[in-house]
Amino acid sequence: MITKRIIPCLDVKNGRVVKGVNFEGLSDVSSPVDLARYYSENGADELVFYDITASAEGRALFTDILTEVARTIFIPLTVGGGINTLDDFDRVLKCGADKVSVNSGAIKNPELVSAAAQKYGNQCVVLSADVKRVDGVFRVFAKGGRENTGMEAISWIKHCVEMGAGEVVVNSIDTDGVKGGFDLEMLSAVCSAVNVPVIASGGAGSPDHFLKLFREIPTIDAGLAASVFHFGEIRIPDLKKMLHENDITVRL
Amino acid sequence: MIAIIDYGVGNLFSLCSSLRFIGADAVVTSKEDEIRTADKIILPGVGAFADAAEKLHSMHLDRLLCEEAARGKPLLGICLGMQLLFERSFEYGEHRGLGLLKGSVVPMKGVIPTELKIPHIGWNALHFTRKHPLFRYIKEEDCVYFVHSYFATDCADSVIATAEYGKELTAAVAYKNVMGCQFHPEKSGTVGLNILKAFCETERTR
Repeated sequence: MITKRIIPCLDVKNGRVVKGVNFEGLSDVSSPVDLARYYSENGADELVFYDITASAEGRALFTDILTEVARTIFIPLTVGGGINTLDDFDRVLKCGADKVSVNSGAIKNPELVSAAAQKYGNQCVVLSADVKRVDGVFRVFAKGGRENTGMEAISWIKHCVEMGAGEVVVNSIDTDGVKGGFDLEMLSAVCSAVNVPVIASGGAGSPDHFLKLFREIPTIDAGLAASVFHFGEIRIPDLKKMLHENDITVRL
Repeated sequence: MIAIIDYGVGNLFSLCSSLRFIGADAVVTSKEDEIRTADKIILPGVGAFADAAEKLHSMHLDRLLCEEAARGKPLLGICLGMQLLFERSFEYGEHRGLGLLKGSVVPMKGVIPTELKIPHIGWNALHFTRKHPLFRYIKEEDCVYFVHSYFATDCADSVIATAEYGKELTAAVAYKNVMGCQFHPEKSGTVGLNILKAFCETERTR
């Protein structure tokens, strides 16, 4: 049976990981390469690298780091941040990324999703959506969650999947950073609407939140988190052991 | 030396890194002399069957691969590269493969329960159907990473492992010196590296 995936997300700025981590045996907590290796050797099923550097200078640095990371780990690697054109896809894929995540780039130009899917295959195109309730309606936000696009989220996600997105990361702005658990209502709505893998993001604060996620939404494929892993609040091997003991299929 | 066949299909970055990591000497090539002199061949591939088969044909690599396989040289197909080893595929029409293994490649759609997502993407456990040297460093139920929408069938001669996704899908095949993995060993962590290592240690069959 296919396993539920646990995915740490690393924010990289100017070639360094933002919010450094303090793990035993890890000397440089903000080295993307060391951290990626640490996660890949400690139960992560996949890694997401998010480039939060805007400048072109930072971009070149990111590309170098990305190549180094891709060379070091032997699990799937998704890269996002500032992906606006097919050239951006090309650039990160050549550095060894397996999948590319698009967010604002798809909002500005939805054709990007279909063009990339046609060129690199659906499995390569991950739609990342920042979603927030506005007057009881799920709305898509752009620019790192700062700008309400006015688009209804479920139909937007469906549309992108029809255009070729092979996976969807749903980041609930409402639950993000609160550590009160994943946004089960929002995630259920997305899971019922599309038939591609859905990755839950935003709100993980404890191992129980992952258990609840996989129990209550059996069709969800993965749980993604950043700070709870980075600060060592949840250790992935312990989390997976607990999930396994509770009959959730995971890769041990 | 391992020749990784370069025919413009898929990203070879991770495969090259994996082989480098396990200390194997590999070259990415489409040159006949390099392929002829290599000890082993890896046929990678991502994308559509028909395009890939056509590329192999137009680059005269199809005949070359069949000749080298007939000489007993170990050949490993990965993902679409594995599917190409079979006689035919029914991915958007009917297309001929290399015919090195008996069997066909068919869509999962309509064969697996409708509630299951296609592609089959993620980590899944291997079930061995036969003992094989490729598995000498791994064990039953070890997980490997899959991404595919089509699978090999009617291949009882060669199937050595399956993975359960609504039904038991062909996960790995081997017949004499011709081997294949539906999953991506280069993306399957230590388990995948151990499969590649085992392949690197296989000997010519005749």
